[in-house]
Amino acid sequence: MKTELLIFFIKRAFQDMNSNRFLHIVTIITISLSILIVSAFGLFFTNINDIMVSWKKGVKIMAYLNKDVEKIQLPELKQKILSLYGVSAVRFIPKEDALEELKRQMKRQMALFENLKENPLPDVFEIQMIPSTQNWGKVEILAAQVEMFPQVAGVEYGQRWLGRVTGIFNLFKFAGTAMCLVFFMASVFIVANTIRLLFFSRREEFEIMRLVGATDGFIKAPFYIEGIFQGILGGVIGILILFVIYVIITSNVDPGISSGFFVMRFLPISISMGIVFSSMFAGWLGCYLSLKQFLKY
Amino acid sequence: MMQNTEGSAIIRMFHVHKRFGKKNALTDITLDVERNDLLLVSGPSGAGKSTLLRLLYLGEALSEGQILIDGMNLSRIADSRIPLVRRQFGIIFQDYKLIQTKTVYENIALVLEVKGEKTRFIQKKVTSVLRTVGMEERINSFPPSLSGGEQQRIAVARAVVGDPKIILADEPTGSLDSESAKIIMDLLLGVHARGATVIIATHDKEIIRDTKGKVIYLKDGLMMEPPMIEPLIEKKKTITL
Ligand SMILES: Nc1ncnc2c1ncn2[C@@H]1O[C@H](COP(=O)(O)OP(=O)(O)OP(=O)(O)O)[C@@H](O)[C@H]1O
Ligand SMILES: [Mg+2]
Repeated sequence: MKTELLIFFIKRAFQDMNSNRFLHIVTIITISLSILIVSAFGLFFTNINDIMVSWKKGVKIMAYLNKDVEKIQLPELKQKILSLYGVSAVRFIPKEDALEELKRQMKRQMALFENLKENPLPDVFEIQMIPSTQNWGKVEILAAQVEMFPQVAGVEYGQRWLGRVTGIFNLFKFAGTAMCLVFFMASVFIVANTIRLLFFSRREEFEIMRLVGATDGFIKAPFYIEGIFQGILGGVIGILILFVIYVIITSNVDPGISSGFFVMRFLPISISMGIVFSSMFAGWLGCYLSLKQFLKY
Repeated sequence: MMQNTEGSAIIRMFHVHKRFGKKNALTDITLDVERNDLLLVSGPSGAGKSTLLRLLYLGEALSEGQILIDGMNLSRIADSRIPLVRRQFGIIFQDYKLIQTKTVYENIALVLEVKGEKTRFIQKKVTSVLRTVGMEERINSFPPSLSGGEQQRIAVARAVVGDPKIILADEPTGSLDSESAKIIMDLLLGVHARGATVIIATHDKEIIRDTKGKVIYLKDGLMMEPPMIEPLIEKKKTITL
């Protein structure tokens, strides 16, 4: 009986939508455009995030030691660094090795090294982090901790600019989230407006239905189905449009360039589903907001 | 008319008043309608006949007094139970109140749909009631394409299709010729014969004369004793003689 009733309401909802096709199509298109914009943002951020993660993977902390550190102190220091949270490996690079490396890299400027009386380079500990703790804040904290050791003259962690980029990225993320919220609200109001229009155009019909004993729910149920359906369909269409755009872009980008750099990927299924779900929720909410003040006995 | 003796009355009105602003549409109506009564509410235009029926199905809230429908006090009923009260009635509205954008079938089926009846049952019922009112050919027509009398027959069909306990008929023969009026009246009398309580508001003197039932007379919202219509009947008789 319950499912029979649901089928009855769904049938009525689709009849209603069919008799107001234009209004519903406009609503669905508007929702899909909002969803397209939101999911385009989503696509942009997932891919930027991928790039950032791959950059951060290469992050190492170089701890430069003071000149007066004795060789016997080294094992103990190494152990202390290893015991810090988030450290996966510590490698000691003696200043002699570092100089050799430098000389190899700068073969053509060999003359520069000829007048060197002593090695100007310090000994170095190269610290690698456990991948899961490679979030930018943790790197900074760890670097600061290492710098506290008296034997350490200074630290350097890879590309310091990465920190600044992360900041900008987070700012963008915040702006993107705010924008998603705005578009969500827009979808809610679009649905609310459509439902309100439909409701007003048919209020005489509903008045009659109430007089012959229809409950509030009986009258409203098809509207909720319509609102939810508009939300789902708008969401799916928006994401499909984005997918088509994505396919066009990726097939036109020279694979030689992109593969060396990173592979652009589409929104993960979980995020796509989440977007469709919130679009559906927007449909429901729009319906709720526009119907809650109607049908007071 | 003050017969509050036994509890079998299906409708009881105690000192009911209805005011629209300063206008008294109904004044101090006290009335019992017994189960399976046939009650005719007569009176001139503007007397308050429609208002009386509207109070019963909660189309309007009363201003003062009490109404009990089958023991339920309408003033104390929760909003959520109003639909349940209305389903006890089959109502023929003075202005028909057919949904213009729905077919004859859909209009009548609605009464059964709101009760959650099965589609197959609904189809059977609607076809049969349309045959009774002689409108089975117009099952897929829309109300605007029907004549006033045809719409009225659809309104009657919708009122009786759910086998309600109580029929409220507001001028059910208002726009019909005497032939069609008789068909409708016979239909309502048939429903009455099968046990329903029937209340008919009308100013049609022929119906009042020809129908065996209780008659109340309203004028300016006041209820008066039926004898007041006696002269009308006498007059009618002299004319027909
Ligand atoms: N919603 C309303 N607002 C204001 N006045 C109303 C309203 N409904 C009815 N009235 C008034 O109440 C009085 C009774 O109206 P009602 O419709 O009950 O008369 P009636 O007996 O059914 O008349 P008719 O035979 O013409 O249908 C009339 O004077 C009418 O103007
Ligand atoms: Mg009237």
